[in-house]
Amino acid sequence: MAIPISYNVRNLKLRKGLTVMTALGIALTVTTAIFLMALLAGLQRAFVSSGDAKNVLVLRKGSEAELQSGFDHTLFATMTALPGIAKDSRGEPMVSAELVVVIVLPRKDGTGEVNVTVRGMMPDGLELRPSVKLIDGRWFQTGQREVVVSKSIRSRFSHANIGDTMEFGKGSWKVVGVFDAGGSAYESEVWGDVNQMAADFDRTDGFSSAYLHATDPIAADALKNRVGDDQRLKLEGMLETDYYAKQTNSGAPIKIIGFVVAIIMAIGSSFAAMNTMYAAVAYRGREIATLRVLGFSRPAILTSFVLESLMLALLGALAGILLMLPFNGMQTGTSNAVTFSEVVFSLQITPMVAASAIAFALIMGLVGGFAPAWHAARQNILTALRG
Amino acid sequence: MTFSSFVVRNTFRNKRRSLLTMLSIGFSLLLLTLMMSIWRTFYIDQGPPDAVKRVVTRDRVSLAQFLPAFYREKIRSVPGVAAVVPLTWFGGRYKDDRSQNSFAQMATDPEEYMKVATDKIVPPEQVAAWQHDRTGALVDVELAKKYGWKLGDRITLQGTIFETNLDLTIRAMYHIDPPVRALYFNQKYLEESVPWFKGQAGFYIAQVASAGDVAPVSKAIDDTFHNSPQPTKTESQKAFQLSFVAALGNVKAFILLICGAVVFAILLVSANTMAMSIRSRTREVAVLKTLGFTHQRILSLFVGEAVALALIGGAMGTVAASALIRWLTHSSLAIGIPAGMRVTIPTMLASLLVAATVGFVSSCLPAYNASRVNIVEGLRHIG
Repeated sequence: MAIPISYNVRNLKLRKGLTVMTALGIALTVTTAIFLMALLAGLQRAFVSSGDAKNVLVLRKGSEAELQSGFDHTLFATMTALPGIAKDSRGEPMVSAELVVVIVLPRKDGTGEVNVTVRGMMPDGLELRPSVKLIDGRWFQTGQREVVVSKSIRSRFSHANIGDTMEFGKGSWKVVGVFDAGGSAYESEVWGDVNQMAADFDRTDGFSSAYLHATDPIAADALKNRVGDDQRLKLEGMLETDYYAKQTNSGAPIKIIGFVVAIIMAIGSSFAAMNTMYAAVAYRGREIATLRVLGFSRPAILTSFVLESLMLALLGALAGILLMLPFNGMQTGTSNAVTFSEVVFSLQITPMVAASAIAFALIMGLVGGFAPAWHAARQNILTALRG
Repeated sequence: MTFSSFVVRNTFRNKRRSLLTMLSIGFSLLLLTLMMSIWRTFYIDQGPPDAVKRVVTRDRVSLAQFLPAFYREKIRSVPGVAAVVPLTWFGGRYKDDRSQNSFAQMATDPEEYMKVATDKIVPPEQVAAWQHDRTGALVDVELAKKYGWKLGDRITLQGTIFETNLDLTIRAMYHIDPPVRALYFNQKYLEESVPWFKGQAGFYIAQVASAGDVAPVSKAIDDTFHNSPQPTKTESQKAFQLSFVAALGNVKAFILLICGAVVFAILLVSANTMAMSIRSRTREVAVLKTLGFTHQRILSLFVGEAVALALIGGAMGTVAASALIRWLTHSSLAIGIPAGMRVTIPTMLASLLVAATVGFVSSCLPAYNASRVNIVEGLRHIG
């Protein structure tokens, strides 16, 4: 027969101080782990949600990022004639040749300068990215020195409000609009007219990349292969979604550091939990012996104490999650390992993150509780009763 | 029995509890020491003495933008500049895409490179061999060890930024402590393979006469190009490296957050242990009082015990951190770990100070309560 759980609950309540302090210790560890996991989840979202399955991104063969790529503008005309490309609102092929450069912008809070991606695009560039919405002002006009910025660029950098001018390339650019890219990688970009940008960055001879919008995802796959197979082009096509999924490894440094930190803290907390549970067992020696006399088996005692430790850990996990909830959605940035420019993303405490945090705490509880529970179950009844 | 030996005996009378507490504090302090060392390497250390005499000049706007080749002679003409070399990040692929196989590859000018990289030790005959072979490469000994390269071996780097594959011959190896694991090759070879690159360079590194020259020379170099189509940004090598760290995000806040969590966690652990330990000794305290021990004596007895526990745990943690960092910086697993990272004596002392303070603070309240125990009630107390 199992010992009722209410026995453990009452015991935890009886020694409130100890319970609260141990749970808080576990909560702190869980907080750190949640923080790191939420960072990674946000970063993952920034990349995975980027790109449209119907867009084919064309780069020079061998290059891994738009920033490294480059091809002659005559090749672009050849590309637009490929079959499978959708028509835009004016009945022309929906394509955009783009120029990607990285510029340095000062952070608003004065903590230094950050690399930001600037993208020059053709008018269709906006049409083939339907997930990006204008939230303020208007889009830039072709032939004008105008830019639109993402909403996180506006909030993180100075001189990025509508009406402000940004200094880069060979002069100043007027900010005329703000767009919302829904947490995707575009959330870290500044957009303008490709020809204006090309002139400023002395790149009038070619483009960095091209976007071809296919009629449907299956046509996109065929179009991708067609670009790669065309011997005249010496280019490589890839689905935009694949391109961004590959960049998720920008989170690798955070992942490694986070993993090390969480593991070390977890080991420390497990020892603390073990201490508390050993003390609980020691205080209750006579009680445990009485339970045995009443007929509760050794496995029942073992289970009961492990359960108590797990409850302690669960309490800690819940406290940790509550502590971290106010930080949900907090924005931060890191460097994209592929483009060297900043990726803006937000902390995402997803149900998955919360579930892993609870699992993480329960493992600590199990590790910390097993040895003391074993000890409790193995006690000699007679000596314990006398003690 | 002296007072201090009494404290020590008491500390270890519940061996399991003491051990668990020390381990718990030890692991937390291991983390704290690691974080403090990272902080130190990034924000306090000035780097090796030769590095403080180097300045890096790059495009004002973007590192991805190349600088014209004639900038080199202009930089050289700035008073205070002793030597200057171009460096260009090749960013090629070795074998495959895995991150274990990625290392820095730089195109430079072998004729002058050794005058700037004064802290890289290379046998003179190897330098000559590198300079005579246009396809030659200079590699870190540690890197060569990792891949099993020997002098004369041929390797291929597949270009990603540059549309070419380079076949290089290992001609020279350098020793540097801490290792930088980079490969250097002749810029002329890259220019021949990639014609459009001719007449350009990624950035320039200049050697100045003394550390005091860094600021004025940096300013003088930037002033030279101020009104040119391509203005530059010149900074010390340390600042240049730090800009990559800054790109990782708000590293400072990140480290502080972890440190805060760790300190608070050990405070809880230590307070918890002391509360447990003191509670089980209520009757003993009453006995001590009957024997004539004063409030203060009993207070210092418990506080001393807590500080001793925390200090031993702290010492284990710092020693472990130091060993861990030493192992990491020398292992090939260390991707992205700053090579110059060390646990210095001041860092160790700071960790121990934190440990002692935590022990002290955590024990104050429980010890105070114990010292105030009423003798009669205490003697009646059932532990």
